[in-house]
Amino acid sequence: MNFDDTPQEAEFRAIARKWVAVNAPKEFEAELSKSSLGRIKLAKHDMVEVGKAWQKKKAEGGWACLHWPKEYGGRGATPIERVIWQQEEGVYGKLTQPFQIGEGMCGPTVMAWGSEDAKRRYLPKLAAGEEIWCQLFSEPSAGSDVAGLRTRAEKQGDNWVVNGQKIWTSGAHYSDYGLLIARTDPNVPKHKGLTMFFLDMKSPGVEVRPIKQANGMQEFNEVYFTDVVIPDSQRLGAVGEGWSVSLTTLMNERMSIGSRLATGVPEMFEFCSNLMLEDGLAIDDPAVRSKLASWAVKSSGLKYTSYRAISALSKGERPGPENSIGKLVSGMMLQDIATYAMDLQGASGALTGESEELVHGQFQQMLLSSPSMRIAGGTDEILRNIIAERVLGLPGDIRVDKDVPYNKIPTKGR
Amino acid sequence: MNFDFSDEQKQMRDEARKFLAEQCPPKAVREVLDGKAPYDRSLWKGLAEMGFLGVAIPEQFGGAGAGHLELCVIAEEMGRALAPVPFSSTVYLAAEAILIAGSDAQKQKWLPKIASGDAIGTLALFEGKGNPSPKAINVTANGGVLNGIKKPVADGAIADFAVVAARTGTGGRESDVSLFIVDLKAGGVEVKPLTNIDLTRGQAEITFKDAKAEPLGAAGEGWSVITQVLDRAAVLMAFEQVGGADRALEMGRDYALDRIAFGRPIGSFQAVKHMLADMYVSATLARSNCYYGAWALSTNAGELPEAAAAARISATQAFQHCAKNNIQVHGGMGFTWEFDCHMYYRRANAVAVGLGSLSYWEDALIDRMRKKNAA
Repeated sequence: MNFDDTPQEAEFRAIARKWVAVNAPKEFEAELSKSSLGRIKLAKHDMVEVGKAWQKKKAEGGWACLHWPKEYGGRGATPIERVIWQQEEGVYGKLTQPFQIGEGMCGPTVMAWGSEDAKRRYLPKLAAGEEIWCQLFSEPSAGSDVAGLRTRAEKQGDNWVVNGQKIWTSGAHYSDYGLLIARTDPNVPKHKGLTMFFLDMKSPGVEVRPIKQANGMQEFNEVYFTDVVIPDSQRLGAVGEGWSVSLTTLMNERMSIGSRLATGVPEMFEFCSNLMLEDGLAIDDPAVRSKLASWAVKSSGLKYTSYRAISALSKGERPGPENSIGKLVSGMMLQDIATYAMDLQGASGALTGESEELVHGQFQQMLLSSPSMRIAGGTDEILRNIIAERVLGLPGDIRVDKDVPYNKIPTKGR
Repeated sequence: MNFDFSDEQKQMRDEARKFLAEQCPPKAVREVLDGKAPYDRSLWKGLAEMGFLGVAIPEQFGGAGAGHLELCVIAEEMGRALAPVPFSSTVYLAAEAILIAGSDAQKQKWLPKIASGDAIGTLALFEGKGNPSPKAINVTANGGVLNGIKKPVADGAIADFAVVAARTGTGGRESDVSLFIVDLKAGGVEVKPLTNIDLTRGQAEITFKDAKAEPLGAAGEGWSVITQVLDRAAVLMAFEQVGGADRALEMGRDYALDRIAFGRPIGSFQAVKHMLADMYVSATLARSNCYYGAWALSTNAGELPEAAAAARISATQAFQHCAKNNIQVHGGMGFTWEFDCHMYYRRANAVAVGLGSLSYWEDALIDRMRKKNAA
């Protein structure tokens, strides 16, 4: 048992480290280091532009989507080399945020289901950050039950005509392409009437509107489709096979989202170490200590769980199912930590803003944002189902709509 | 990175699992549970023959000289099987204390006997309610004899010797505590068994009246040794706890698959599935913390104090959580004497307080994290 690289890994790490040292945009290092909990702010620059520049440089050096085959813009790197790269990329990895949906979900789906022409045309540009991709799956009435989606695609000649609405689309406003799942046959049970496409986001009839979220921010979009035309050549997989295709995407979603998760523990530890309560420092209070310790061991447990997964990769094995716990644990923890930090702040805990006393409102922000951590990329409940069914082997849910034609499924609860 | 046990270590785990499945089925555990024997003598002998008792004891002292990673994988299996033997008292506490502080003569005297199963040892630390603290040590050591009462002492009624923490100064400071080895079969020692919630493992009260005692380690350094022993034992006990947690989870999972209610397996209800998923999460977090503890223990790393506390907290929580919810999944059947669920529930809650309770280790973890952050 050790934490050391194998000789080949060490050699790879040295090359990656050297490349980052020479090429990384160091002018942003301080700002990127400071931004935590997934909030990245660059005072004087546009994140997407800075990100594109870094991604392009990486692509030229062979470091973009490096686990992809070379002919599609990657480096043909092994899974463990990808992990080492992420470690060496360090804070600059935060700049890849606009490309993560493409790299993690859309790219793998095109790779698995697209034609050779499509792969050669789209994947290298996706990898290089020249073209940004978004994922158009969720709808207002289809979240966890995404197979219940309503957006229609109807065949007209060699084209498909799309009408409907998607929601929670990260980056739709700066994306060039979108991966779209739509209903092509409402007369068969819901999983059987879906088809996957990709489309140019600048197509006529595509309208992107930002959503004002519960935390007051605007990070996601709604996307409306009105008679949008998609050529049949942009279909991925067979007509009616969209559900199988989407599983490729969703499996990759959980893998990629799970890789860099904030827990709130370092922020909370620092906060309690400095907060003066009536009887002394918060961290000397037994109740505070007990909670902190419980959170700390969850956080370290996640860290070492990921080390176990990395070790499996290093040996050329597939990581076990342990990694599926990451988002479930950290999402709830962020929310609990925020609530408790505010409790310690007393009446002032309700205040937002940039005051020093309230550590720049970071826990208030965390409180307001944390509900989304427990929903996006698989709700806590869906994740528990996945663990129960795929890891523990428990029976799947009884699906009352499984054999019912889609257009006969009730659409209202009461 | 190779943050995993080696193939040889995993093979040893499989061997231990197979051996315990044969030699320590629930039926054997119940012999002790039902009071028919104070511990499973034949299992103890078998563990010695397998070389498990001395796995981390150097060859020169009669052990296998394998190491602590090997001991961790065996500990996990011992916890999984609820082995009703004085393994943790003898191997994690007494043997570790002698390995850390013993003279060559003391090692020669006791370690071979531990490895061969001929001596059961324990650590006599607690004196009534409360957590480990030098202030709580009131047994006195004067002129080579001990006076006072220790309780509870794990496996005290069946132990041949104890490592005893006694006061050699009067200030209640760490430097006022020293360690001694006491032959519990000699004069001046009175042992009284105590009833406890874990009927598969004994506890005792030991009264020393001018009992002859041999110093273990230097005078005034007892507390420092105790701290090291507790850290090492915390990692090993955490592996037992993870083994127990995993088994409780499996029992719950298996029952949820078999039991039909409302016309379907109860494992198809989300209320039950999600409970089991949460048990898996606790057990996984604990296992990963334990692996880090195992690494720190086996390399004697500076990170050991923090790693041990994290492993101990995480494993205590996981075992309690899994044992408790295993009963809940079983419903009424889980509350019968006949089903094994209560044996895990009892063990989980007894070991949770046995080496210093959860709050003790939470305190320790925060102190140690602060120390690291300050450095």
